[in-house]
Amino acid sequence: MSTRKRRGGASPSLEPVAGNGLLDRRALLGSGIALAGAAGAGTGALLTSAAAEPLTNGPWSMAPGLPVPPYGTPSKYEAKVVRTLSNPKLEPRTSGARTPHHLLNGTITPSGLHFVVARGGLTDIDPDKHRLVIHGLVKQPMVYTMEALHRYPMVTRIHFVECGGNGAPMFSKEPIKANVQALQGLCSCSEWTGVPLATLLDEVGVDPKAKWFIAEGADLPTMNRSIPLAKAMDDAMIALYQNGEALNPVNGYPVRLLLPGYEGNMNVKWLRRIKLVESPTMAINETKQYTILRPDGKAWQFYFPQEVKSFITHPSPGLNMKGPGFYEISGIAFSGNGRIAKVEVSADGGKSWATAALQAPVLSKAFTRFRMPWQWDGREAILQSRATDEAGHVQPSREAFIAERGPPRSTPNVAAFPMEHCNVIVSWGIGTNGEVSHVYA
Amino acid sequence: MSMRDQIALAAALLLTACAANAADAPRFGQPITAADIAPWDISIPPDGTGLPPGSGTASQGEKVYAERGCGACHGEKGAGGMSGPLVGGGPLDAKDREPQKLIGNYWPYATTVFDFTRRAMPWQSPKTLTDSEVYALTAYILALNKIIGETDVMDAQTLPKVKMPNRDGFISKYPEKY
Repeated sequence: MSTRKRRGGASPSLEPVAGNGLLDRRALLGSGIALAGAAGAGTGALLTSAAAEPLTNGPWSMAPGLPVPPYGTPSKYEAKVVRTLSNPKLEPRTSGARTPHHLLNGTITPSGLHFVVARGGLTDIDPDKHRLVIHGLVKQPMVYTMEALHRYPMVTRIHFVECGGNGAPMFSKEPIKANVQALQGLCSCSEWTGVPLATLLDEVGVDPKAKWFIAEGADLPTMNRSIPLAKAMDDAMIALYQNGEALNPVNGYPVRLLLPGYEGNMNVKWLRRIKLVESPTMAINETKQYTILRPDGKAWQFYFPQEVKSFITHPSPGLNMKGPGFYEISGIAFSGNGRIAKVEVSADGGKSWATAALQAPVLSKAFTRFRMPWQWDGREAILQSRATDEAGHVQPSREAFIAERGPPRSTPNVAAFPMEHCNVIVSWGIGTNGEVSHVYA
Repeated sequence: MSMRDQIALAAALLLTACAANAADAPRFGQPITAADIAPWDISIPPDGTGLPPGSGTASQGEKVYAERGCGACHGEKGAGGMSGPLVGGGPLDAKDREPQKLIGNYWPYATTVFDFTRRAMPWQSPKTLTDSEVYALTAYILALNKIIGETDVMDAQTLPKVKMPNRDGFISKYPEKY
C-alpha cells in the first residue's frame, strides 16, 4: 500500500497497525489528506462512474415544496430507520422495541427510536392527573403534581439506558444470524433533564433507618424495583425531558426515574411512588427476573451496573461491503461504571488489536462513538471491538464470559433472554463477497 | 475595639445578612397522610408487612383461576401457555437445557406471588381482584407446586411463613455494597 505525505508536516503512517489492514487512528484526524493515499485502486473507478451521469436539477430545485410542518419527522427516504417490535399486536406479554444502531450515527438516540421494554403496552398518562408520592421512612410524606416537579432546579445529563437483557442472543450455542438491532438494540442514549432525586429527599427528610427505596410506575403491572438509597444520593434523577422535549410516552411520560448506568428495568418509567425502606421488597423483577443463574444453580441478585460494552455498528450485518478499499469502522462503547478509557478494534478475529479514536466528549455512563480507519483488501476478515472503562474493567471475550457464566445450552429465538448482563465481545465476519454476518471467533 | 474584635463583629454582621437573604430551599410538595397513600402502598416485602385482611385456599383459588380466565395465558392448572408455566421447573443447574426460573423451583419468597398477582394480574384488568381472591390464587399456585397443602389457608399471618424451596438460592453480586 502506498502512503503520501501530509502537506506541511509528518503524516501518520498508513501502513497497517494491526492485522488485516487496520490503520492508525490518527489518519482520521485533521484534513483527511492523509487518507488520500489509502483510496488506492478505487479512485479511478469512482471518477469514471461520476462522469457517466450528467448533473441535473431535481424537481425539488425547480418548485416550492410543502409547507414546513409544525413538528418535523424524518425524510420519507429514511422510512426504514425504525424500531423493530417484538409484540406488534399487543398480546398479553412484554413489548420490546429495538434501536436500529446500524442506521444511526453519533451518540444520541432520537427519542422516537429509543428502545422500549413495556409490560402493558403504551402507558398514556394525563400529566394533570398524575402524582408522584414519596413516603415510607421519611419525616414528612409528600405528594407532587407534575406542575410542582417542574418548579425545581433541574440538571441536564447525557446517559445511556440499557436493558439488563440486552445482548442476550449473544449467549447462544450457535451464533444467531441477526443484525445489530436484533442483537444489541435494547440500549439507547439520550440527553435527560430533570430534578435530582436528592433534592426531593431533602424536602421529605430521610429517616436514618432507610437503606433502600422502592420505585414504582403507574403502568399496567405497576412495575416496581428496590434501589439502594446511596444511588438516590449519588446521581439519580427524576427525569422530565428527553433530548430537550418532554419524555416520550413509551419512555415514561410525564416522569421517570433515571439511574445512570444501572440496568434499564430499574429506571422506572411512569413513576408514581417512591417508598423509603430498610430492605428490598423482593419484587418479581428483582427475584424471578434480573437475577443471573450461575452454573452451580445459585443466582446473582442485585447485579445493578451495566458493565463495559462495545459493538461495531458500521459495518455490521445488513451493511455489506462495497468492494475492497477504505472504510471507517465505527461503533458504540459505554459503561455503567464511568467513562470509556479505550476501545480496541481487531480485523483478524482478535489475533491483533489497534486502538480506535474516541469521539469527544467522552462522558461518564454515556455512549461513546469510536472510529477506526480500515483498508479492506477483499479477503475474509473478522471485526471485533473491545472496550475498557476508567475503572479498568475490560469487555470479556466469549471464552472468558462462558468460563464465568457456564456454557450456553441452546440456540433460542433471537428475542429470547437466555442470559442477562451479557457484555461479551461481538464479532462480525466479512466474506469475500462483502457480506457481513454475526459469527463467533 | 481590637482588630480581632472588629473582624469578629464584621463576621457576625455578615452571617446575619446571609441569614436574612438566605433563599428557601425549593419545597413544592404537599404533605399527604398514610391513609391517603394506602391505595398505592401495595408493595409486600418478605416479612409480610402491609398484607391486607382476607384469606383464601387452593380450592377457592382454582375457582378464581377458572372464572378470571387465567388459563388462557398460563394453561390448565398452570401448565403454561402464551405466558410462562406456574408449576414445575426442574433443577437450576441443568446442563442439557436452559433451566426454567419458575415459582416452585426459583422464586425465593411466597409474598412476591401475592404482590405481583395483586398489582399486575389478570393482564387485561389488573387490580380488580379482591384481596381474598389474590390470597386464594396464591394458595392455588403454591399448592400446585406442592409447597403448601391443599387445605392450607393463606392470609396475612400464614403467607410470610411459607418457605420457598429456593429461598437460599441467591447471592448478592456486590455483597460489600448491598
